[in-house]
Amino acid sequence: MNKLDAVFRQLRREQRKAFIPFVMAGDPSLAQTASLVDALVESGADVVELGVPFSDPLADGPTIQRAAQRALRHQVSLADVLGLVRRLRRRHAVPLVLLTYYNPVYRFGEGAGRGAQGPRRFLIAARVAGVDGVIIPDLPAEEARSLVAEARRQRVAAILLAAPTSSPARLTRIVRMSRGFIYFVSLTGTTGARRHLPVELEAQVRRLRRMTRTPVCVGFGIAAPQEARRVARVADGVIVGSALVRVIERHRGRRLKQAVGRFARQLRRAI
Amino acid sequence: MSALEELAREYARAKRDPKFRRALREYLDQYAGRPTPLYHAKRLTAALGGAQIYLKREDLLHTGAHKINNTLGQALLAVRMRKRRLIAETGAGQHGVATATVAALFGLACEVFMGEEDIRRQALNVFRMRLLGAKVTPVTSGSKTLKDACNEAIRDWVTNVRTTHYIIGSVVGPHPYPVIVRDFQSVIGQEVRRQLPRRPDLLVACVGGGSNAMGLFAPFARDRRVRLIGVEAAGRGLHSGAHAATLVAGTPGVLHGAMSLLLQDGDGQVQTAHSISAGLDYPGVGPEHAYLKAIGRAEYVAVTDREALEGFALLAKTEGIIPALEPAHAIAYLRRLAPRSGRRKTVVLCLSGRGDKDVTMVSELMAGRR
Repeated sequence: MNKLDAVFRQLRREQRKAFIPFVMAGDPSLAQTASLVDALVESGADVVELGVPFSDPLADGPTIQRAAQRALRHQVSLADVLGLVRRLRRRHAVPLVLLTYYNPVYRFGEGAGRGAQGPRRFLIAARVAGVDGVIIPDLPAEEARSLVAEARRQRVAAILLAAPTSSPARLTRIVRMSRGFIYFVSLTGTTGARRHLPVELEAQVRRLRRMTRTPVCVGFGIAAPQEARRVARVADGVIVGSALVRVIERHRGRRLKQAVGRFARQLRRAI
Repeated sequence: MSALEELAREYARAKRDPKFRRALREYLDQYAGRPTPLYHAKRLTAALGGAQIYLKREDLLHTGAHKINNTLGQALLAVRMRKRRLIAETGAGQHGVATATVAALFGLACEVFMGEEDIRRQALNVFRMRLLGAKVTPVTSGSKTLKDACNEAIRDWVTNVRTTHYIIGSVVGPHPYPVIVRDFQSVIGQEVRRQLPRRPDLLVACVGGGSNAMGLFAPFARDRRVRLIGVEAAGRGLHSGAHAATLVAGTPGVLHGAMSLLLQDGDGQVQTAHSISAGLDYPGVGPEHAYLKAIGRAEYVAVTDREALEGFALLAKTEGIIPALEPAHAIAYLRRLAPRSGRRKTVVLCLSGRGDKDVTMVSELMAGRR
């Protein structure tokens, strides 16, 4: 069984909700990302989401854009992030999910050649490295069929995104294709901490959960413990990215790991 | 995705609706100034000594470039979809001005995203957009040029999708945009077909995203006797790493919701393009151009910044027409092409925009070189 399924089954049995922190791999450096993941796991993360830096992160707001730029300054590639996963696997059992845009996947292992085999090569390498799931925000369900099929062969969960504007027909398709969990985007817009989440959020999450047994986790815009608590009441998991990246942005050296651990524990308690 | 589905549905309906077609026709003729002349450039022809050169005068359109063909069509679509706000990305500012113009014309709110670097290069167009009532938002992320302006426009669109229509300025982006923009720009090639007494032998146009080229090529794409040549920006040279020649030197990739050719590194990171012309400064290209190249239907070449400046001066001196720096690339290529083609051959060049916006920068460059 995929580790994600095992974790969500366990959480359900204990009637707990998943805390899923996001950090950008390579921000501020790959070595420090590894130690931040240690801090997140020690603080009770149920799943860890690792961002793969990309030059044009369309779904991200300014905070995560800056994190990607910082990582790209020392040329962190998708292959480097898989190397990081391999190292993390030696000391953590926690499910690791990669969030990457499609082009690095499409070009994976290509050099200057043609790009048809990239997704397959990537998924094989991801499985070997110990990746449990992948999220590709710019690959819509309509275009994802062959990648999802290959992910199934490699036993890597392909996690699809659903938006508040998704039509019932699209939601049905997303629910059918998504494995591990379904990533529900809390609002129309890009990632980034918000003061308020939309009032319709609870109703939308409940409606989606009625459609499937696959866990539904909510991300985008969740900035503080009280918002996380509100989301945890209706969803199976809460994803926090930009707010955490901001903490990373503001601290350095030994204080960095402490600050991230402290914020993660606050979120964990709220969820 | 749902907004793209809505747009595709609405466009399919509008295309069949005689009322929509009549309204667009009327705005194109009475407001934008179509049809544009097809001008036989005899002095330029004589100067280059070869094929007969015809200029399709898109530079004479309202707002000074072909961009208005597309923004009029898309603004009418936005009105049909009851969207009250238009957004756009812009490089040289021509598409931004064309969008701000139609927003004023139809009484819609308008915000234009423009790279900080381009705002500096194209101050005149920034002022024009503001005069027209648009908000110009500087984009400071990434390379601060057209690609990043596109990113920012897409981010705004997903945030305000219920009230806003995003007018993409070229044959790029996710489906149905490349099709819609091609169709609205095809009026260029359709007019050439009617205006020229015989079949042209060669069609030449500059390619950044590729909208004016696609507008000229599309009506001739099935007639294989017509050679199609797209001219990209080689910047400081194809081997300098500072260019925007995506079709000539790019590799397959996915950007802004479309699979096409891209300037990218070995890790799939999109690279920064460079061109003297802000309108060609884009590391991607319309997917249909990549297709025309792959099936061998169209040829793509590249000319450098320096050659483009020479083309700019050449047209000004021989014909009394100051072109924009974008079509100056196509003029520059004619200096290689025309002498090699017989005098009986006919070349149609799409003069996609006028040069007023570039005069300040060119004068600075010429002063600097002296």
